[in-house]
Amino acid sequence: MPQTFTPIAARPSPVRITGPIPWIRRNLFADWRSTITTLFMIGLAFYFLPALWRWGLAGAVFGADADACQAARGSGACWGVVTEKYRIIVFGRYPFEEQWRALLATSLMVGGLVLSCIRWFWKPWLAVMWVGILAVFFVLMGGGSFGLSEIRTDLWGGLPLTVMLATLSIFLAFPIAILVALGRRSRLPAIRSACIVYIELIRGVPLISVLFMASFMFPLFMPQGMSIDVLVRVVAGITLFAAAYMAEIIRGGLQAIPKGQLEAADTLGLSYWQTQRKIVLPQALAMVVPSMMNNFISIFKDTSLVTIVSLYELTGALALALNSDVEWRPFKIEAYLFITLIYFIFCFAMSRYSLWVEKQLSASKAR
Amino acid sequence: MTEPIIRFEKVNKWYGNDFHVLRDIDLEVAKGERIVVCGPSGSGKSTLIRCINRLEEHQQGNIIVNGIELTDDIKAIDQVRKEVGMVFQQFNLFPHLTVLENLTLSPMWVGKVPKKEAEERAMQQLQRVRIAEQASKYPLQLSGGQQQRVAIARALCLTPKIMLFDEPTSALDPEMIKEVLDVMIELANQGITMICVTHEMGFAKAVADRVIFMDQGQIVEQNKPHEFFNNPQNERSRDFLSKILGH
Repeated sequence: MPQTFTPIAARPSPVRITGPIPWIRRNLFADWRSTITTLFMIGLAFYFLPALWRWGLAGAVFGADADACQAARGSGACWGVVTEKYRIIVFGRYPFEEQWRALLATSLMVGGLVLSCIRWFWKPWLAVMWVGILAVFFVLMGGGSFGLSEIRTDLWGGLPLTVMLATLSIFLAFPIAILVALGRRSRLPAIRSACIVYIELIRGVPLISVLFMASFMFPLFMPQGMSIDVLVRVVAGITLFAAAYMAEIIRGGLQAIPKGQLEAADTLGLSYWQTQRKIVLPQALAMVVPSMMNNFISIFKDTSLVTIVSLYELTGALALALNSDVEWRPFKIEAYLFITLIYFIFCFAMSRYSLWVEKQLSASKAR
Repeated sequence: MTEPIIRFEKVNKWYGNDFHVLRDIDLEVAKGERIVVCGPSGSGKSTLIRCINRLEEHQQGNIIVNGIELTDDIKAIDQVRKEVGMVFQQFNLFPHLTVLENLTLSPMWVGKVPKKEAEERAMQQLQRVRIAEQASKYPLQLSGGQQQRVAIARALCLTPKIMLFDEPTSALDPEMIKEVLDVMIELANQGITMICVTHEMGFAKAVADRVIFMDQGQIVEQNKPHEFFNNPQNERSRDFLSKILGH
């Protein structure tokens, strides 16, 4: 006799699985080991947080008063050093009265970066907008027209320099990296070897020596009387350096594309460049978002190495502000914490953005 | 007999220096003919059909497709590929594009068809494979059988004269094989030239004009399906048939 199939109706779980209390139980007090760890960490927090509170806030000096700072030494932080020096730390050697220009230019560029992160703005005119932003940035910073006094590029410094170097280098390095990554997988031996030599040469030296060469050795090979601005040389140096690393990241993505995708593109009659643009790169780049962002973050921080060629970006400007000032020099730690915060805000934003992008990308693949 | 649409003349191919994968292949396929290629794995069946649209290149002999000889000439290859659609075992849909975008990509970028027209044609092809309602989904949101039908529709969007199928049902769950074979049978009845590498003997019996049996890089036997299944001439084909039909 054939059996009939009777479906069992779905019913809710008898134990609550989501919500704060089940979460705490599962993640903090799952067994005796995790309970001990949790209690230990709570103990540590109780021990250290009050001290941190006393040093950082309760006993700290906020006014720009060097004597008060000196008196509070050892028991409280001297945030006064930031109050006193923040203009030099943030803007470096940029002339004091003109710093509003640097502030405006940097805000414009950061604003542009934020807009570029929003999907709704991913339209062709975004490129036009960036040409505009860069033009305004350089006019504001450099001056020499529109009634603005001229300010030589070696006086540019602080956060504007950091943001500008990182943004330009990343923007310029990205397309180069794509071409080099594709070139390294080219079937033409000449192109392939050129790309390999480039990547291996750059990876074989530290950024600091690339910057050094770009700044001091490159001019030796230029014809007499012709000189390229130090800023251009430095941007070129960082760009070439970053592109080599990015190219290897992108190559990792390229290699993960199944051969079948290329064969399908072939049978559909797509040309090499159409295949790369429409099939390979969208998938390869999506796969390498986390390591790519990792690289962007590291470029952002590596810009601090331009101090070696006497450009005073954020870190360099801090040294500039304090090293010559005996009165404030003892409070370097507080000043460093200040720029740490600035770096952290930028890097943390990048890292969060990367997570968001990953989520967006995996959403399209969800079953 | 009119000029065959595909002609292999003494074709030889090697992988590396030593692996002789196609040996002295002679083959003529008439326009509108439906051929099933079968044989043990490693016998060169996939390589054979992949030579037709130059996914693989041959080292010796001539292959002429639709009057064009396949050489290193990229223009000739492109022309051949315009006339030859291909369906793969692993579907090879583009996972980052929707079903509709998968179908319109080539017509729009290679064929320079305006977007609206390309989409209309794509929808027609999707209706043909009975999957029009999934047009805006991504491939990975579909079942294997649905994906393979999308892949067939994608190949058809180029209005090819020849369709190649490389084990189209081998990666599918048993429940989904039928829906794909149904679409293929319908296609076969519409007069398109078809070459299909498959072990679906039911399909071969239903639509094939000719069955080709390959082993060790050679065409061992070719015959009408009825003759081939009931009265295989070669001991290798007999052996093979007893293995796949034996249970």
